[in-house]
Amino acid sequence: MTVAAFTFYLFAITTVAGGLMTVISRNPVHSVLWLILSFLSSAGLFVLLGAEFVAMLLIIVYVGAVAVLFLFVVMMLDVDFAELKAEMAKYIPLALLIGVIILMQLGMAFGAWDYADAVAANIDAPKGTEQNTAALGLLIYDKYIMLFQLAGLILLVAMIGAIVLTLRHRVDIKRQNVMQQMHRDPAKSMKNIDVKPGQGL
Amino acid sequence: MISADIQTMMPEIILALFAMGALLAAVYTTKDAMAPLLTWVTSGVFVLLALWIGTGTSQTVTAFDGMFNNDGFARFAKVVILLSAAAVLLMSQEYMQRRGLLKFEYPLLVALSVVGMMVMVSAGDLMALYMGLELQSLALYVVASLRRDSVKSTEAGLKYFVLGALSSGLLLYGASLVYGFSGTTLFSGIILATADGYSIGLLIGVVFLISGLAFKVSAAPFHMWTPDVYEGSPTPVTAFFATAPKIAAMAMFARVVHDAFGGIVGEWQQIVAFLSVLSMFLGAIAAIGQRDIKRLMAYSSIAHMGFALMGLAAGTAFGVQAMLIYMAIYVTMNVGTFAFILSMERDGRPVTDINALKMYSKKQPLMALVVLVMMFSLAGVPPLLGFFGKFYVLRAAYDAGLGWLAVAGVIASVIGAFYYIRIVYFVYFGEENDGLDGKMSPVLWITAVVTATIVGLAWVPGINLFGIEVVAQAAAATLVN
Repeated sequence: MTVAAFTFYLFAITTVAGGLMTVISRNPVHSVLWLILSFLSSAGLFVLLGAEFVAMLLIIVYVGAVAVLFLFVVMMLDVDFAELKAEMAKYIPLALLIGVIILMQLGMAFGAWDYADAVAANIDAPKGTEQNTAALGLLIYDKYIMLFQLAGLILLVAMIGAIVLTLRHRVDIKRQNVMQQMHRDPAKSMKNIDVKPGQGL
Repeated sequence: MISADIQTMMPEIILALFAMGALLAAVYTTKDAMAPLLTWVTSGVFVLLALWIGTGTSQTVTAFDGMFNNDGFARFAKVVILLSAAAVLLMSQEYMQRRGLLKFEYPLLVALSVVGMMVMVSAGDLMALYMGLELQSLALYVVASLRRDSVKSTEAGLKYFVLGALSSGLLLYGASLVYGFSGTTLFSGIILATADGYSIGLLIGVVFLISGLAFKVSAAPFHMWTPDVYEGSPTPVTAFFATAPKIAAMAMFARVVHDAFGGIVGEWQQIVAFLSVLSMFLGAIAAIGQRDIKRLMAYSSIAHMGFALMGLAAGTAFGVQAMLIYMAIYVTMNVGTFAFILSMERDGRPVTDINALKMYSKKQPLMALVVLVMMFSLAGVPPLLGFFGKFYVLRAAYDAGLGWLAVAGVIASVIGAFYYIRIVYFVYFGEENDGLDGKMSPVLWITAVVTATIVGLAWVPGINLFGIEVVAQAAAATLVN
């Protein structure tokens, strides 16, 4: 067994075991930690495939952001997971069905597959000699720059939309006005009153 | 190379930069107090861009490796989109302001959705098409629920969003199948891949793609969202929905079926013909029971989309020409009709019940005449403009050997005429009740009268439909060749 094959099996077994433990572990925090292990070992698999950029992306985006977010949600929210799991049991047949369908699709992908005649030529477009990261950069920021910028515009619209639909300027709350606070004159805002005994204000 | 690409896309880039600049300007200054000015300026920018595009280059230029086309067809659609969006923005300013709905984001969201529409009609690639479509739709979802304190408006926005997401899913599924079976997302590549034979998978992809597109043009049986969204949205937004996005979606439809699937016309022709018949009859029959004029216009738009699809179903250059003429005429009629609907109010509150129109002719004889012209034109009564639109699509369908479709169109048109003429009946002969009061704002009055004049006098021999026939013919020739 070569080193590459050994590493492959190591990462593959860790990924599958991590995935399994994510589903079956009783403590939700442990589930998220297992999920992170699973992500990390799939990143290792990507490195073995020579897709180092995707591997780094997986670690930065999924482990760095998504999984940590999960962890926060799990720890911050008081969710009764036992109850959730009981609910889940009802959907097992549906889940099994989806699993079987995906399995069949995988089988089909490796089995018979018809293409139009021109497909082979379209897929066999010449590949450059750049590194993955450089090649992706060329695609996103050069070839598909228009789509990239349009995606940016879409996100901008989403942001404007969220603000338009939810932001309310409330007038009944007190806001801090720094300039007003700094320009307060002690002489005007405070006065001494000589209260006579037995009279009050 | 990139500078030439940017040059080709200049109008879209300018509009997007304008929207972003105006957004910053409004946020850092007076915010909503700037909205009326911003509405007028945005309208002006639309008109200037329309003039620029209309009088600019007359060549076919592709940019970004064929992902963006600037041809006669795209330019025709863009000019109509920009002009109708400008008209609707101008009409909406006073209405929105009086009801406290005029936020400064409104004109900017409209501008951004127009950018999306311009990309849609120019798209030469499935990805570019989707990007344009999403940019347009997302902005429209937001403006649909702009009156966020109203349950109906919120419902309209949510319904539009959920069903729009579903339709995007259908479209993307179709696009991924097409990509899988042709190996490219470029329209020019897909048409090559289908040149000698195609597989059943590609056909399924086409069906899904067309279903997604039919959703966006609100063709039956994918029309369910239209009446609710039209009714719930603020009326100016409804007017916008009925005009610019419809042209954009229809032009995109034409571009996909001709640019990408021009080699398999026989396959999609029957689907489009089916959508067309169903939309025409559903629009004509379901509108009869409607008492709310906005819902009525929604069904009317479904029927009109059926007629426009009839032109497309012909599958010929003349069919595309007829579709373009039909859409331009449809938009003109709708701008005029909505200028009137926007002015319908009693005691300062908007009224949408058509019973309020009874004996309207006694109060406002001129406006009643405008309504009469618009309704007869929407029904397709000669010699008004609407008749010519129907005439072109019917001829295109008949010439392409779809005689049965043309006959069905005539029957649906006769059924549909009933509810248009009923409105005219109410206006002139109904029983008097406490109908509408209030004066029209100058902008609405001018828009209504000008469009009514255009609609009423376009048949005069010297005017000759304002030469739209020749322009549309040149535009269609660049798409179908």
